[in-house]
Amino acid sequence: MSTTLTTDIEGDPPVNTDMLIRERRERVLSWLMPVVTLGAAIAFWEWAVWYWAIPHYLIPAPSMIVQTLIKDGPSLMVSAWFTVKLTFFSLTLAIIGGVLLGGLFALSRVVEMSLFPFAVILQVTPVVAIAPLILIYVDSTFAALLICAWIVAFFPILSGTVMGLRSADHNLRDLFTLYRATPWQRLRYLLAPSALPYFMSSLKVAGGLSLIGAVVAEFVAGAAGQNTGLASRIIESSFRSEIPRMFAALVLVSMLGIAIFLMTTWLSRRVLGHWHESEIRREQ
Amino acid sequence: MTGAAIITMARVSRRFGRDVLAVNDLSLTIHQGDFITLLGPSGCGKSTALKMIAGLLPVSSGSITITSSQGKSEQDLAFVFQEPTLMPWGSVFDNVYLPLRLAGVGRAAAEPRVRAALVDVGLSKFEKSYPRELSGGMKMRVSIARAMVTKPRILLMDEPFAALDEMTRTKLNNDVVRLASAHGLTVVFVTHSVFESVYLSTRVVVMAARPGRVAAELTIDAPWPRNDDWRVSNAFTAEARRVSECLKETLDVDHIDH
Repeated sequence: MSTTLTTDIEGDPPVNTDMLIRERRERVLSWLMPVVTLGAAIAFWEWAVWYWAIPHYLIPAPSMIVQTLIKDGPSLMVSAWFTVKLTFFSLTLAIIGGVLLGGLFALSRVVEMSLFPFAVILQVTPVVAIAPLILIYVDSTFAALLICAWIVAFFPILSGTVMGLRSADHNLRDLFTLYRATPWQRLRYLLAPSALPYFMSSLKVAGGLSLIGAVVAEFVAGAAGQNTGLASRIIESSFRSEIPRMFAALVLVSMLGIAIFLMTTWLSRRVLGHWHESEIRREQ
Repeated sequence: MTGAAIITMARVSRRFGRDVLAVNDLSLTIHQGDFITLLGPSGCGKSTALKMIAGLLPVSSGSITITSSQGKSEQDLAFVFQEPTLMPWGSVFDNVYLPLRLAGVGRAAAEPRVRAALVDVGLSKFEKSYPRELSGGMKMRVSIARAMVTKPRILLMDEPFAALDEMTRTKLNNDVVRLASAHGLTVVFVTHSVFESVYLSTRVVVMAARPGRVAAELTIDAPWPRNDDWRVSNAFTAEARRVSECLKETLDVDHIDH
């Protein structure tokens, strides 16, 4: 029986070499331009410090910051590692907590209505205000800092997950009902993919916030002088007026922030790049 | 050409809330191999009726009986929505595979069936494409392939081509007729186009609004399956006039209500 009822639609699936070349050029430019402008800014900084003979205890030259980084490298790295651990640990916990609770909220309106106020209270109370209390109640400084950073990073993940799980197309929901999908199939093949774009954008926010949370919490705890994160190194250097070292620690903090940003951006493109509008590169 | 009754709707009503009676006292018998269109103005409850047949909406009163099949199809009843309703994160293959995947058919076992369904709608070259790379008509073809992949007996279509341009719509109309006849489908097709209903169906159920109800049932007396010759024949024009006039009466009656 011939069931080929239509003439096959002509043309091959879209492959466009012109587009590929343009895409490649854009990709190179997308990292080249930031590197060039950043390099120029640093060069100007170096030149300006030298030209106006600015003393290093006011603004150190980039070369001096690099020297400090090398000189104090080992001890700064220990602090950096502490902050890295704190940031990623809190982000991981925020993801686990946010996704689990978000899933629960999406499953049950009642649970959401009862627990949502707590999530909002956590979100709207500045972490700086809660941190001293947490430091009193929790013995381990690391655990206390972790809780602070977690509080900040948790909410975006929660709200992103809830929104995402609710965003599935209603006709697709009907389709899954029609085909008698099990709850697990519905989650795996419909709800989770629908939620992914929302989750990814909340992850970008939460990644930055977990670092901010870690640094702020350290500042609060650092006043008590009982830990060794990058933030407390900044405070310590400030007390001793070691401006180059403050800058060195600052450079490390912002490099960590950039690394988190790049990682979440890469992940988002990786996961959504082939289908979601937000990550598709268009030809101009 | 009609066989045994396959869908029986007996005095079906559907209420939304307290005041809105979307479908009132609808009785309709659909036979094996019928191609029925539900034709009517917006708000006449034709989509509601279709969703009730699919079991996606419960009836408020009355009953809908679908005679069970002896076949081994994973899914007896398929639904094509007004929008293509594809998963944007899945390739064309993944989208067509979905009903089989949900029925627990492995990828390897499903592959020839998915390919056959794609050949049926003329999209065999596009299995790796993503929905965003396809035109509106092609997306609708994927949607039809997905409905056909389980070899259903009943195909429910809810104004599937309303958003397409005239030429694409004509082409897809031809394809649906040929698919339905090749696979012996029973089709219930919702539309608000008189020409579409006359071209496609063996029976036109004209519905009136507020409350949604059957105003008339018109048998389109022409050989089936149909082809493009039918579209340009005098008989087609005459049937279209007959259906139009019937529809106009229901609209005029409706008008007084407002």
